[in-house]
Amino acid sequence: MPKLEIREERCKSCGLCIEFCPKGCLEITDRFNPSGYNPVGWMNTEECTGCAICARMCPDVVIEVFK
Amino acid sequence: MKQVFGRPESLVDVASHFCPGCHHGTIHRLVAEAIDHYGVREETIGAASVGCSVFMYDYFDIDVVESPHGRSPAVATGVKRSNPEKFVLLYQGDGDLAAIGTAEIIHAANRGEPLTVIFVNNTVYGMTGGQMAPTTMLGQRTTTSPYGREFSQDGYPIKITEMLAQLEGVAYAARVAVDTPAHLAKAKKAIFAAFEAQVEKRGMGMVEILSSCPTNWGMNAIEANKRIETEMIPYFPLGVFKERKGSDFF
Repeated sequence: MPKLEIREERCKSCGLCIEFCPKGCLEITDRFNPSGYNPVGWMNTEECTGCAICARMCPDVVIEVFK
Repeated sequence: MKQVFGRPESLVDVASHFCPGCHHGTIHRLVAEAIDHYGVREETIGAASVGCSVFMYDYFDIDVVESPHGRSPAVATGVKRSNPEKFVLLYQGDGDLAAIGTAEIIHAANRGEPLTVIFVNNTVYGMTGGQMAPTTMLGQRTTTSPYGREFSQDGYPIKITEMLAQLEGVAYAARVAVDTPAHLAKAKKAIFAAFEAQVEKRGMGMVEILSSCPTNWGMNAIEANKRIETEMIPYFPLGVFKERKGSDFF
């Protein structure tokens, strides 16, 4: 079972991780981080395969992937 | 549990100033991975440029010399010639390398200076407010081409990598993009190859990376990412333009 660690305070809500996730596991949350962005959240955890495409596409290295 | 993806060691753990969706962050990560892979963090001296790319001195865990606008290849030449055992890294944008610094990069390449050049092409001057660059696409609206770039007045977008690939001193020249996972994997390979050109003392290794600038293109991150595929890649073809294995110079 893979695990994602998302550093919400660094997320800029650009949505590139969501666009490229092949399983649709990520969504923008309605929380706010200290910079005023709505950070991304790992919602659909059952479908996640830990492929790390989201982490590779993220320009701010927000996501860390463990397997 | 094993970590399969994380922050490279050479990338300082600070928040970046880049706009949401800007590819500079992705390119920084790939370059930091290459620094880690070749184990040159303690030997690397960066030559920073002017523009959004300037903050490499805050983001990479290496020593960096700041250069006047466009003159990083000249500064890097001095650094490399006085410290030939050091690894010298240039990170320049298109307003820097393709406009004000054209003479410097062409002559540094022609001299075969063993440098690694990362050239980030986002078709616009980013930091200064979205003015037209020599790489701006025909028809693209910028603050200094409000009706779109027109060739009769402004010429055509300049293809720097093709120009540099013709020079004997260049050992490796490639153009890549980071807009999709597949392109990202190729970009990483190209950056590693440009590092190898200097590590193996074969000559200059340069990589042009097509990058997005959502703020100055007036798009969101996803639209800007798609523009690279639909507008930029047809004009700026991806690929390796030169790869010379042997060295004529060292």
